[in-house]
Amino acid sequence: MPGAVLLGRIARTAAPFVLMAVAWQIASLFFPPYLFPSLVAVFWRCLEILTHWSQLVDVLATVSRILAGLAGAFVIGAAMALAMARSKAVDGFLSPILTFFQGIPALSWVVFAIIWFHGIEFRIFFIMVLTTLPAFTFQVLGALRAMPKDLVEMVMSFRPSRAKIFRVMVLPSILPEILTAWKVNLGNASRVVVVAELVGATGGVGYQLLQQQQIFDMAGALAWTLQLVFFVLIVQYVLTLIETVAFRYRAVSERSL
Amino acid sequence: MNAMDATLSTPANAAGPAEIRFENVTKTFGRMGGGDLFKAVDDLNLEIRPGELVAILGKTGCGKSTMFNMIAGLLEPSQGKVEVSGHNPFTEFNWFRGKIAIVFQNDRLLPWRTAIQNVELGLEMLEVPKAERHATAQRWLTQLGLGGHENDYPHALSGGMRQRVSIARAFATNAGILLCDEPFSALDEMTGNRLRAEFANLVRENGKTAVFITHSINEALQIGDRIVVLRRPAKIAYDVKLPRNADKAVQEEIRLKIQAVLSE
Repeated sequence: MPGAVLLGRIARTAAPFVLMAVAWQIASLFFPPYLFPSLVAVFWRCLEILTHWSQLVDVLATVSRILAGLAGAFVIGAAMALAMARSKAVDGFLSPILTFFQGIPALSWVVFAIIWFHGIEFRIFFIMVLTTLPAFTFQVLGALRAMPKDLVEMVMSFRPSRAKIFRVMVLPSILPEILTAWKVNLGNASRVVVVAELVGATGGVGYQLLQQQQIFDMAGALAWTLQLVFFVLIVQYVLTLIETVAFRYRAVSERSL
Repeated sequence: MNAMDATLSTPANAAGPAEIRFENVTKTFGRMGGGDLFKAVDDLNLEIRPGELVAILGKTGCGKSTMFNMIAGLLEPSQGKVEVSGHNPFTEFNWFRGKIAIVFQNDRLLPWRTAIQNVELGLEMLEVPKAERHATAQRWLTQLGLGGHENDYPHALSGGMRQRVSIARAFATNAGILLCDEPFSALDEMTGNRLRAEFANLVRENGKTAVFITHSINEALQIGDRIVVLRRPAKIAYDVKLPRNADKAVQEEIRLKIQAVLSE
């Protein structure tokens, strides 16, 4: 890619963020720091979080909770989706339950978890799994049902074992939808984890946000929020990299939509 | 018996055990929204001997593909019995691993696999070691004129090249029985003719038993050792064995007979 084109692309991506930062900085000149702190102060707070183990451990705790919750929901959801794709009876039983779960607000799950369970980590894991499970299940189920029938028949004509069908046909076929599901659920999970930590934890980004709110430290609240945003951006970037490598077989039209 | 019948052997009287056998086979399907059953195959009796290349010919919707899917083990007969090598292709799923290969109407290549990886697919199912299956796939791709395209993904290949890959995939497993469902119908005439000739040679050189579904009389005459014409629902209307290197007059006589049967 020529340098000028690359620079142009970076500039276009950065422009909205630069504009927001400038607007915030201007606002910080006219409002007190507890409303609009200077971006310089926010930057130093970010650096402080990242360079002090006692604070960084809270970020890592939240990241671990998000990843554990998503992994748990994905494993359970994928297993349920496979069972639903194989059996109409299982589908008829689970679909209404999952649809019902989708209507329950994340905050309700937080309240239920606090009432039902003692352990903080299990509470948060429970909340993360229950709030992302329906989406994972329905997305994997949709991908399984969308597998091209003619390709499945072709693979079946070689009479493969179940493990081979999964490896050569099912997994490559549903991988694009799985990565999309992870991208979508990652954003949801990062919002839910903060709520769960805000109410029911003694550590993590959500807990730290509560502390900043109590002392009216807007720079701190912003710095802790940015930690989560950075995490989501990094994981999204990794998922995009995986997509680029895994889906290089796709034909690319020179004419875009 | 007319002059043509005298020159052609009657397949039903051929000696030796049948490789593929249909015994009073009927296949019906339920219609969407209930109602009467749709009969695709009607009390079909057919025997195909080892090493025969049989062209199954019939009009669209006459049950050719249903019959094909029953041999492939993708459908179960509603009545009667289908046997391949003395086994039930629908229920004995694992027994047939590596024994039947299929060339479909469209290439059905896995888009996430390169040409050579697609050819290796059947060999993977047979647990052939990686180096060996790679060498076999390479040999078949080269034989079918695709040397240099091993690492191309299907989207980068033309329709003819993709169908060659699918033929290589079928031959690579060295299955004794080859099923082909109008594999050249979507290709242009030149490419189709060339592939048809190559395909018939490969089948004969490798001693396969092949069932070739087609709706084209020319294709059946070009490829088959024997032509079975089906009427709708699938039942044999005409069954003729072609002499090797049959002269044009005999071929023309068979063509006229087939046309007459198909227009009944």
